Amino acid sequence: MTRFAKPIVFALCLLPLAWLAHKGWTAGFGAHPQEYVNRFLGDWALRFLLLALAVTPLRQIGDWPQLARFRRMIGLYAFFYVVLHVSSYVVATHFFDWAAIWKDIVKRNYITVGMAVFVMLLPLAATSTAAMVKRLGAARWKKLHRLVYLAGIGGVFHFFMMVKLDWREPLLYAVLLAFLLGYRAFKRLRRA
Amino acid sequence: MLIKHVRANDPSSSEITPRSVFADRRRLLKAAAAAGVWALAPAAASAAKPARGEPIPNVVKWPKSLPEMPTAYDLATTYNNFYEFGFDKDDPARHSSKFKPRPWTVKVEGHAEKTGTFDLDDLIKPHQLEERVYRFRCVEAWSMVVPWVGVPLGDVLKKFGPTAKAKYVAFQTVLRPEEMPGQRLALLKWPYVEGLRLDEAMHPLALLTVGMYGELLPNQNGAPLRLMLPWKYGFKSIKSIVRIAFVENQPPTSWNIATPSEYGFYSNVNPRVDHPRWTQATERRLGDPFFSPRRPTPMFNGYADEVAHLYAGMDLAKLY
Ligand code: HEM
Repeated sequence: MTRFAKPIVFALCLLPLAWLAHKGWTAGFGAHPQEYVNRFLGDWALRFLLLALAVTPLRQIGDWPQLARFRRMIGLYAFFYVVLHVSSYVVATHFFDWAAIWKDIVKRNYITVGMAVFVMLLPLAATSTAAMVKRLGAARWKKLHRLVYLAGIGGVFHFFMMVKLDWREPLLYAVLLAFLLGYRAFKRLRRA
Repeated sequence: MLIKHVRANDPSSSEITPRSVFADRRRLLKAAAAAGVWALAPAAASAAKPARGEPIPNVVKWPKSLPEMPTAYDLATTYNNFYEFGFDKDDPARHSSKFKPRPWTVKVEGHAEKTGTFDLDDLIKPHQLEERVYRFRCVEAWSMVVPWVGVPLGDVLKKFGPTAKAKYVAFQTVLRPEEMPGQRLALLKWPYVEGLRLDEAMHPLALLTVGMYGELLPNQNGAPLRLMLPWKYGFKSIKSIVRIAFVENQPPTSWNIATPSEYGFYSNVNPRVDHPRWTQATERRLGDPFFSPRRPTPMFNGYADEVAHLYAGMDLAKLY
């Protein structure tokens, strides 16, 4: 069973994308397809990021050591959906209008924050291999990967800032994130 | 792969109805209705389509309509900002079936010679209904082209005889939380209110609207009575109107109350004044292909020749 666990989780993480492709294929994405696709991918980018951040607390609280081996995969999936989200923004939302994109990045705070999160995730994805962990050394690797906390905060903030009025969904993510980060802070304080 | 199929299935590209076909189809629908075989009409239009509204008789075509192809009916009626019915774009179409747009009365108040409560039909009947194809530009940078049916707002307002004290006109949407689920959540202050300067309201482009695509307004598009102000962002064109008041001072407006830094009283379409969170210089036309450049947004949504004089000398970056 455990032999199949990784392929199964791998496939499960592809389900949102498969669902999106299926919807595009059969029903289309509605009246404003660019917005639909971009938001769908943004939602899943953030969900996977939060899920990656949930692995360690779940493992420790649930006394479930096997979870640890999914952490990298889920983290990389978060990056994967971020890349798709950003690509849809470039290709669908703005159709390669680089001038407009640049203006967005420097002028719109929520885009600036999104960009910052994207940039933070780049080195994390690049150093996700076992070889890179070795090259950096565990201590430095760990230090670097603490950036993911900031990325999580930035991701939720990015969502909050783009909302026009209905802040209920980002609020839910903010509460989840607060719990995931609060748990870590609490453990640290107790150890110190 | 995906790209090709998205395009192939995208209702936006496959279901746009050329104007001539659209007009023909409507003529067909009308003929069918007249012949008492209305039941056949939806099938004639298309089997899978949602039920269409009641056709409006005696409409004349406004000569200055846009020569552009109207946005597909399905898009214009399933992608709506009408927070009274929910906060997502598909909520209004999904959650408005319980709403009863008739019978309907409008209360007219304030600085006018004639005030009182009027039946909707009595307000509209004295005027010639016109079909006007206008560009519609949402503040969220998407747009469509819609054939609206209505009468000039100014003609209706004049009948009440606004007095010298009437400087502005305030409008109010109906408050019915039992039929409008969005009103049960206080994310906006209900009821929705909007307002215009009197000269804006009297402008011949301002249309008091009762229909679209030759039919009575669907609930999700503001039945039974809404404004259509094509040079302003969509939220100024208040829906399901129950109150019109002639007032002396600038009336409060819902989005301005909610987020004053983002939505001003005037809210004229202006590509040079960006929304704090997105550009207003370009827009997404509903129905354009998935992979396509955005369209440039013209000043006053393309109606500058007609309306620019209303704002002469005003700093439109400040009075947005
Ligand atoms: C260069 C980087 C990024 C850009 C340019 C970008 C751009 C955008 C845009 C344009 C929207 C939609 C706004 C709208 O439709 O009104 C959006 C929404 C969103 N983005 Fe990003 N984003 C970036 C990075 C990220 C990252 C790193 C995450 C997550 C970790 C993320 C998560 C989201 C979420 C959750 C939403 C809201 C979706 C919804 O409305 O349901 N974005 N982003």
